[in-house]
Amino acid sequence: MTVYSEELFKRVFTVYGHNFDTAGETSTEIKSILKGLEIDSDIIRRALVVAFEAEMNVVMYANIGTVSFVITDEAIDIEVADEGPGIPDIEQAMQEGFSTASDEMREKGFGFGMGLPNIKKNSDVLKIESDVGKGTKLLARIRLDSNA
Amino acid sequence: MRLEEIKDILHGTVLTSDLDLSLEVDTVLASDGMSEILAFHTPGALMVTGLTNIQSVRTAYIADVRAIVYIRGKLPNEKLIALARDKNIVVMATEFGMFDVCGILREHNMKGAM
Ligand SMILES: Nc1ncnc2c1ncn2[C@@H]1O[C@H](COP(=O)(O)OP(=O)(O)O)[C@@H](O)[C@H]1O
Ligand SMILES: [Mg+2]
Repeated sequence: MTVYSEELFKRVFTVYGHNFDTAGETSTEIKSILKGLEIDSDIIRRALVVAFEAEMNVVMYANIGTVSFVITDEAIDIEVADEGPGIPDIEQAMQEGFSTASDEMREKGFGFGMGLPNIKKNSDVLKIESDVGKGTKLLARIRLDSNA
Repeated sequence: MRLEEIKDILHGTVLTSDLDLSLEVDTVLASDGMSEILAFHTPGALMVTGLTNIQSVRTAYIADVRAIVYIRGKLPNEKLIALARDKNIVVMATEFGMFDVCGILREHNMKGAM
């Protein structure tokens, strides 16, 4: 028998690529949601780092994307899917310091090649699938009991 | 150290009126890299940066930063200040550069988060 975890909360946000004015708004909203819940502050912190870095990657590299934010009785699931160039070599992209960001992005404080490593460090499960020329899908899970 | 004293030692100007300057901070996150700020997350830290775009405040909010010091006399715009005030993050500006700001803070026994 399969036991499915119960979905307690779900919200889907649209993230616009190349728009630095609104970049980070989704994660800011997610923080406001999480602050009102009785979840361990370190779990919240980890979920927010994941959400923010993944959101910024959509802004920097993709055309448009969605952030689906789900809380179950077991975990926080963050799924970020975008329409964009995709990642040709995921293993290389995961390396700390690897970045294809432009100078303009670096001047804004992003593009130091720490985003995906930060996401990996802060999630308990991470899956990335990418189709070059089509887009990227990232699923990160932060277990609610992972700090217990 | 209280934010009020930090303002004084950095000859700073506080840009967010009516936020509490009696709050204490003891840890400094000094960087122009937003991922770095997140990676070395220390709740209630003082963030020192040369980047005055709106993402600096969004990053600060995500990283539970208590106050931001913008260096080299760079002034953020009104929209940034309004967001910071809304998120209860004190914003100040100083003419000093990164080296001097960090040196002064260290002389006053503040410690680094990294
Ligand atoms: N959603 C995405 N779409 C396309 N490429 C991406 C995406 N996310 C990451 N990448 C690629 O992976 C690299 C590393 O990403 P990351 O670790 O977040 O560092 P940074 O964004 O600072 O470059 C990026 O420079 C980019 O080439
Ligand atoms: Mg990134």
